This record gives sequence, structure tokens and C-alpha cells, in this order.
Amino acid sequence: MSTPAGEPGIAARARWAVSDSRVLTERYLLQLVRVPTVLFFSLIQPVMFVLLFRYVFGGAIHIPGVGYAEYMLPGAIAQTAAFASFGTAIGLAYDLGRGLIDRVRSMPAARFAVLVGRLTSDTLRSLAVVIVLLGVGYAVGFRFDNGPGPALLMVLVAVVFGLAICTIAAFVGLALKDPEAVQSFGLVWLFPLTFVSGAFVPVQTMPGWLQAVARPNPVTLVVSTMRSLAYGGPIATHLWESLAWVVAILAVFGPLAVRAYRRAS
Amino acid sequence: MSTPPAAIAVEGLVKTFGSTRALDGVDLEVPPGSVLGLLGPNGSGKTTLVRVLTTLSLPDAGRARVLGHDVVAEPSAVRRRIGLAGQFSAVDDHLTGFENLDMAGRLCHLDRATAARRAQELLERFGLAEAAHRVAKGYSGGMRRRLDLAASLVARPEVLFLDEPTTGLDPRSRLDLWSVIRDLVRDGTTLLLTTQYLEEADQLGDVIVVLDRGQVIARGSAPALKGQVGGDVVTARLVDPADAERALAALGPIGVATPQYDEEEREVRVPVGSAGPGALLEAVRRLDQDEVALADIALRRPSLDDVFLALTGHVASDESTDAGKSRRRRRARARAKAQP
Repeated sequence: MSTPAGEPGIAARARWAVSDSRVLTERYLLQLVRVPTVLFFSLIQPVMFVLLFRYVFGGAIHIPGVGYAEYMLPGAIAQTAAFASFGTAIGLAYDLGRGLIDRVRSMPAARFAVLVGRLTSDTLRSLAVVIVLLGVGYAVGFRFDNGPGPALLMVLVAVVFGLAICTIAAFVGLALKDPEAVQSFGLVWLFPLTFVSGAFVPVQTMPGWLQAVARPNPVTLVVSTMRSLAYGGPIATHLWESLAWVVAILAVFGPLAVRAYRRAS
Repeated sequence: MSTPPAAIAVEGLVKTFGSTRALDGVDLEVPPGSVLGLLGPNGSGKTTLVRVLTTLSLPDAGRARVLGHDVVAEPSAVRRRIGLAGQFSAVDDHLTGFENLDMAGRLCHLDRATAARRAQELLERFGLAEAAHRVAKGYSGGMRRRLDLAASLVARPEVLFLDEPTTGLDPRSRLDLWSVIRDLVRDGTTLLLTTQYLEEADQLGDVIVVLDRGQVIARGSAPALKGQVGGDVVTARLVDPADAERALAALGPIGVATPQYDEEEREVRVPVGSAGPGALLEAVRRLDQDEVALADIALRRPSLDDVFLALTGHVASDESTDAGKSRRRRRARARAKAQP
């Protein structure tokens, strides 16, 4: 198929798509630096969760064979990665409302650079938060027992899982369009998603009907994978199950987010 | 030599949202270097037309070309040569003025050095040099609009679209922005400007097109349009609505068109052409003679309402498409949130 006159070829488009996405990633990272209070509270909240679970609930929860600090930290990290998606959804809804997305779309910039830039910056932010949480974890008794390779893989699993949830959030933000509605909706799905799981307590302790929900929950599988990587357990099975979830989420919500972006105005 | 293509050429453009025909067969042509003032109330289709012309929205039927490029088939070519400043300042609050423009430049594919130089240039030109390195959150409404306009100019567009550029600005900022826009036009930029204010279309536009319910209902120069409307208007507000008949009869002979009575406002309006203050004096004399009690009487320039009344027989309705409504609501909310 020939390209109409004036339309750039595939190679040029790809090059610009990367460059445009980078410009927008920078933009979102700058926003983060400019509002240090947002950054501060987005770190305080998960740190507080780690401390609360470790010291308030930790004494009451006994996990055979492992200290609660080691047990709960992967859960707290996965939860934090999922909660970071608030920023994705609210940010996109806000950009849409303020006409910033229209502005970019009326420019020669690659159409989906906003989406890519947003998700890239959110992923980088997740990575930073995960590292901070690991530091706090070490202070309260968490240890990697499997060596640096699995430790790095654990961080990677958490970040990729976060990206998958952010993709869902990108769709939600662009579809709902209203920052306040987006915020309320985020609470509605993220709390059950992260708490009805093995993130903080063993699934076996829940009533049977709830176990049926908690067991296949991607958070449960991702956290199990992270635990296996951190201090031992069956790595392969959990890893494949988690990967399947992440791929499925991206395959469904990636195109949905793109479609919502295309239609949003 | 053939004549250069029109900067903007629109033929039979249709865009529907559900059952609403936001654009219902619009034809337009804007010669290069001229200014078209698109006048109409909310929901008349102005923004929808701008969105189609700036490749943000696909038309359902008809054709639109910008500088000879079809907006559907060659969107990239169109985007490279246009600038858009929408109804609300698309400015990133957390970035400085410089960063906003620099980023816009890079997204228009200027190289880094050029983008930075251009950003600096525009900040100086728009009187924002001193605020260049402050975050836009602290800018006033007028500064924000100027920054937004500057962002639409980074790539030196040949055709510029301004969607209600002065809505929400105080009178002084509005005058400032007008003068900036006049400078642009002097430099040869083709401009399509939407507005709800006849005065603005008159001040800035070479040609005014009036849009109502997605259709062009009038087009022409400002004086021609005003002639159609009947020039200045004498408005007389009555104390007692029962006097309406008598007031209409008394003012009939001084008008260039039939006087109208607005029940809601208890106001009799009569277009008096260019008769000016003389017509006002005559109106006062006649109403006094017929013992019509007045709450107020004034001579004023025709408003959008007068244009609509004259052209359509109904006042400018604020009925809009659902899409437009929800977009405005959303933006209004986003804007409210952005206020410190």
C-alpha cells in the first residue's frame, strides 16, 4: 500500500513515536518532581502500610516457617504497585479535561505518545517506590534469602504487574473522563483486588467462598511468585501463572485503552 | 499560473452525535492570509467544526481540506501546518512557561536547540519572559491564555485555529489578546476564530460566518452582516408589560426593521441602522408622548442575540449536543479543580 503524499513512512514514524513518548515521559516525571508533596505522600502511604501491618497486625498473624515481615512485604509491594494506578487514571482524565490530549493530538506528535509516556513514567515511579519499600522492609526484618538474581526478578515481577494494573487504570481514566469519578472508582476495585488475596494473610484462613475468589486473584499469584523469589518456594508454577495474568490483562486492556484514547475528546 | 488552494476548504461537512447533527452540511472557504470569524452560540457546531479541521474528530460526510490536504486522508500533513488553541488553556500547571513551550516544540518535531530558542522567542513576544521560569500554576488567566496561544505557534503554523480565545477573560486581557492576534494576522497567518461575541468577530474577522444548529445561516463582512441585523438597537425596558403594544406601535416608524418584544426581559428592541443617538432621542420623545413608563432605555450595538433574532427569528439557543455538554462540564470541573 502506498503512503499518501505528506504522510511519513514507517521508519520515520517509529523514530518519532519513541522520541515523542520520551518527551511526554519527561513531562510526567517533571510533574512528579514539581509537586514534591504528591511524591512524599505517595511514598508515605505504602511505608505506613508496611509498618502498620508489620507491627499492628503482625503479632496476631502467624505464618508457619517464615517471619511476618518477610511474608507481608511482597504483598505490600504488589499492593503499592497496584495503587500507583490511581495516578495513571486521574492524570489521564485530568489531561483530557484540560484539553492537553487534544493539543498533542493536533500536533505532528505520535498519537499514542501521551499513553506511552504516562505508562512509562508511572512504571519508573513504581520502580522507585518498590526500592524505597525494600529499604523499609530491610529495616523491619525482611531479607532476600535466594540471592541477587531472584531478588531482581522479584522487583521486575512487581513492576510489570504494576504496569498491567496501570493499563487497566488508563482505560478507566479515559473512559470515565472525570477525575473525581475516576478516584472513587479506583477505591471500589483496588481495595477488594488487593485485600481479597494472599497479599497480607494466607488464603487458607479465609472462608471457603472467599477463597474461591482469592485463589485465582492475580494479586495472590503475583505475591506468591514474589515470595518464592524472595525466600523460597515453587518459582516456576507461580511465575507462569502470574505471567499469564499480566499478558492477559495487557492483551485486553491495552487495546481498550488505545480505543478509549482514540475516541476520547 | 493557477490560483493557490484555499487555506481552508469545507464542502458539505456532516458530523452527528447520536441523533444530533452537530454539523449539518457546512460549506466554507477561507483564502490564505485572511481571518474567518465563526460566530454562533454554544452548541451551534463551532467547536465540532474546529475539531474536524484539526483532525481531532472524523466527519461523517463531506470533505475538509486544510492547505490542500484532506483532513481524513492526510492528517499528518495537516497537523504539521496548523496550530490549535482550544477553549480552555491546554497548559501544564506544574511546568514552567518555558518548559510548556519547549515541550510543545519538541512534540512538533523541532530539534532541541530550535525548540528552546523558539520557546524563548515566544515568551518574549508574548510578554512572558519574566515569568518564563515560574510554574504556570501561578499565572493569571490572561498570561495562561497567552502561553496557550504561544504553544500553538511554536511550529510557525500557516493556519491557526482559535476556539473561543477570549472566553472567560477580563476586558483588559481580552484587548491584550486581540492585539496579539492582530499581529499574527499581519504576519500572514490564516486564522479561523470561533466566538460568541459579535464584537470580537467584527474586530478580528475579515469575513464572518454565522453558524446555527450545525448550519451556516449567514456569511459576509462585518458591515454587511450588521446591515442585515439593522445596525444599532434601541432597547426600551417597560415598567408595565401591558404597555408593550403601545410601545411597539410608537417605535415602529423609527426602526429599519420591525420592533420585537421580549416578554422575559420586558424589553422592546428596535434596530435603528446607523441613526445612532438621534434615534434614541426620537424613541424617548415618542414613548413619552404615548405615556409609556420606562424602567430603562438605551442605544446599543447589536449583540449575538440580535443577529440571531434578525437571521433566524429565534434567540440564540444554548441547546447543545450531549457530547459538547459533557465535554464542557468535564472541562469546567477540571478547570475548577485547577484553581489554587
